[in-house]
Amino acid sequence: MAGSGIAHLRADEKRALTVENLVVEFPVTGGVVHAVSDLSIDVLPGETLGILGESGCGKSSAGRALMQLPAPTSGRVLLGDAELTALKKNDMRRARAKMQMIMQDPVSALNPRRKVKDLVAEGLEVWGFEGKDRAKFVDDLLSSVGLDPAVVRDRRPHELSGGQCQRVCIARSLALDPDVLICDEPVSSLDVSVQAQVLNLLEETRERYDLSMIFIAHDVAVVKNISDRVMVMYLGKTCEVIPSDDMQNKALHPYTRLLLASVPSAADAQARAAGEATAEAPVKDVELPSPLNPPSGCRFRTRCPLATEQCAAEEPVLREMRPGQFVACHNVSA
Amino acid sequence: MTSESKSPILVVENLRTVFHTPRGDVRAVDGVSFELRPGETLGLVGESGSGKSVLGRTVMGLISNDARTTVTGKVTLGGVDVHGVKRAVRRKLWGTEVAMVFQDPMTSLNPVKRIGTHLTETLRFHLRCTRKEAEERAVELLTQVGIPEPKRRMRQYPHEMSGGMRQRVVIAMALACDPRLLIADEPTTALDVTVQKQILDLLGNLTTERDMATVLVSHDLGAVAGRTDRVQVMYAGRTVEQGRTSEVFAAPTHPYTDALLASIPQIENAPHSLLRAIEGNPPDMANPPGGCRFAPRCGYADTTCTSDLPLLQPLAGPGRSVACHHPLLAGAAPVGSEHTHGR
Amino acid sequence: MLRQFVLRVLELLAVLLLVSFGVFALLSLVPGDPAVAVLGEGREPSEYAALRDEMGLNDPFFTRYFDWFGGVLHGDLGSSLIPPVVPVWDRLVAAMPVSLELAGLGLLIALVVSVPLAMWSAYNEGGRIDRAIGAFTFGLLSLPSFLVGLVLIAVLVNSMGWFPRTGWVRITDDFGGNLSHVFLPALTIALMEMAMFTRILRNDLVTTLNEDFILAARAKGMPPLRIMVSDALRPSSFSLVTILGLSIGRLVGSTVIVEYLFSLPGMGRLVIEAASTGNYPMVQGAVLLIAVVYVLSSALIDLSYGYLDPRTRRARA
Repeated sequence: MAGSGIAHLRADEKRALTVENLVVEFPVTGGVVHAVSDLSIDVLPGETLGILGESGCGKSSAGRALMQLPAPTSGRVLLGDAELTALKKNDMRRARAKMQMIMQDPVSALNPRRKVKDLVAEGLEVWGFEGKDRAKFVDDLLSSVGLDPAVVRDRRPHELSGGQCQRVCIARSLALDPDVLICDEPVSSLDVSVQAQVLNLLEETRERYDLSMIFIAHDVAVVKNISDRVMVMYLGKTCEVIPSDDMQNKALHPYTRLLLASVPSAADAQARAAGEATAEAPVKDVELPSPLNPPSGCRFRTRCPLATEQCAAEEPVLREMRPGQFVACHNVSA
Repeated sequence: MTSESKSPILVVENLRTVFHTPRGDVRAVDGVSFELRPGETLGLVGESGSGKSVLGRTVMGLISNDARTTVTGKVTLGGVDVHGVKRAVRRKLWGTEVAMVFQDPMTSLNPVKRIGTHLTETLRFHLRCTRKEAEERAVELLTQVGIPEPKRRMRQYPHEMSGGMRQRVVIAMALACDPRLLIADEPTTALDVTVQKQILDLLGNLTTERDMATVLVSHDLGAVAGRTDRVQVMYAGRTVEQGRTSEVFAAPTHPYTDALLASIPQIENAPHSLLRAIEGNPPDMANPPGGCRFAPRCGYADTTCTSDLPLLQPLAGPGRSVACHHPLLAGAAPVGSEHTHGR
Repeated sequence: MLRQFVLRVLELLAVLLLVSFGVFALLSLVPGDPAVAVLGEGREPSEYAALRDEMGLNDPFFTRYFDWFGGVLHGDLGSSLIPPVVPVWDRLVAAMPVSLELAGLGLLIALVVSVPLAMWSAYNEGGRIDRAIGAFTFGLLSLPSFLVGLVLIAVLVNSMGWFPRTGWVRITDDFGGNLSHVFLPALTIALMEMAMFTRILRNDLVTTLNEDFILAARAKGMPPLRIMVSDALRPSSFSLVTILGLSIGRLVGSTVIVEYLFSLPGMGRLVIEAASTGNYPMVQGAVLLIAVVYVLSSALIDLSYGYLDPRTRRARA
């Protein structure tokens, strides 16, 4: 993995969002956290890009850096044609309104002291609302996310369930008519039965408002279900970019395959029922290397079954393996 | 199955846990019964508010009668009536007869204690062994749960280890005095995907090796599907369906089980496929709906469902039963919501 | 680790240097003429002027500061202006142990009472005992320390006659006598601090007792008292330690009142006397010494965080 490169960017097409060579680093006592190292992304209008990875892979840092919260250490972020990373603060804030974010914990993302209608109208207050009836606009937004405006309008976040709070967050993000929606683990704090509601809602919303979406999550199945392409990240680097349809059977990168193998499956269940002891996974350095001091070359090599000397010496670059599938690994081939 | 010939280590009979809160009584566990034999693994599945974690803690006796809690029913653990004995007696069971693995290994280890102390204090307290013996045994335990360099780890603090390693420590701690029953409360929820499988494998292997009985409490149907012999699906404090795990998941008979299984995104699904979501939210446990607790969210519900509480009815198959007025039995047409009785 | 320590010591020295400068500068700005203090009122202006010259008070500010500070470095804080004319240092050495003993014993009593009280309260969270302890400490907090002292004097000294009203016996002379003299004043201080300590620790304990690792310790079969002492206390004591650090500063104030009430020959009384008579070398010396004690004890408190929470220790590379 854990490579760089821009082979996967689609140069010719009109893009909703382009990210080039994004780097996010945080200084901490005793060093620098390399949260995101040289990440490049493009999203076409109406497309959903899934970013898949475990905790510490930099997927959330990347999401925040796109929003310029805080601005990345280096790299370019283009929303349509506007280069956010080059804009002055005020212009940037205005441009950024076209990109909205949905967070993991919907309850803490909402100011507990404000009513739902004010929360949804927050952005309108800031940017000015050019329409006659703001109350109706808010009610329409609430209805469109499946909430009954008459019931929830005057409630405060603590009077709602987690799923309802996430719906309010989605309504709020839609208020400013964004082009791009960045969802950072939007369902991982929700109950299974509510997860499906929110996933369906995001899918419908994307179609209805013609949004591009970046969907950041750790759950392979969830990401696959909602995305057109999936980018797999590990320790701040890209491992693989793959059309989500090909995820299950055609993934090549050893890390992607490890993630897929970790999904509990029926086959696994049958093997256990038949009394076959599933071999105790060798605890070969299961610890994630520190992002303070990432491994040289390919960052995945310390946990990779295919690792060779080349992997320590040379960082793999994304190569096209099949149309639309890019892998950063020295040791796999289509 | 050999385990069925052994006598049960755990018998839970009509267990109820009621919390008295300012908002009213919350019936977190509302009449649950089951048995568990050595070597057997039971899955307790449900969403938040289903009472599965409270059930696990009440079974253990960590939750018991006090000023704000009323526990009724009976839990018999290795022949001891857990809620009928004095606190001090109950405490003697903890660690030796029954042990618990918690959800979040980041918070279930004391941040100011070394890993070694976590293990040795249990050993020295229960087994009354010397410091040296306890340390040797602790190193052995860490090795058993797959922690490399156990001697070095003993001197570390929890924050110096990764989540997966910490959960292994928690498991080692639970196993220190060879308990016969292990209650694992969402043991993998807080862990990374690649680590989850390792922890589940570890728990499975330890259960087999030690002939322990294990209760796996989880909201993750995938985790439970592959790792348990029997499963009990909980909704709003009650068991809605139970039976062999493979049978329940292959042919769910309760509409809730069915809907829950269908609402999970599967990796086999085509991209952008809509999921079968369960409408509405889990009920407010201080004020649960009358009749079947699931009725307000159920596509099959009729007036019987909103008035009469369904009880567990045995079905074909070992230990299989369901609490539903309109179970989804193969061949039987589901009672549609428009097909209402006596409106 | 060594580098950390050296930096820390340098930081301390810098703070102390600033303090010394502050003490000196402050007292130079205070009205009152030292010459008048020495000679008394009603002399010829020329006499005052001559004395001022002799004392070096007409030198530029920094010259005076460095003179004084040079002396401080050699342990010479100057001499008292008012008879008995003895070195300031000697007076301080006599008074400091009284105040230190008073404050130290006060804090000790406060801790010895408040820690078990907080544990008892937290263990019964929301129960009758918890509420009773809460009410008691709240009541104590709302009383000013001199009032508590007066009540103690009225009851235990005047009515019961258990303790001496005033005076002081040095600990080296008569241990029992010393104790009987220091006990009431120390108790007065302790009662004030105790209420605060109990409330702070009780709240933190309640939070800690709801942590998963406490549940995990219970699930291992550990008895409640052992969990309280060996699992809950240490992670709950951060606020208590912080308050303890702050209370050292506050104690400077409360010992003044308590020493006055019980007529103890401590630092508080020394400073008040010196300040009211314009005996400025004495005030400077005393304030400097108090500041040094305060700075050092704060540094000690800071160090203790590392012991309390291994996460705040610098990771060993």
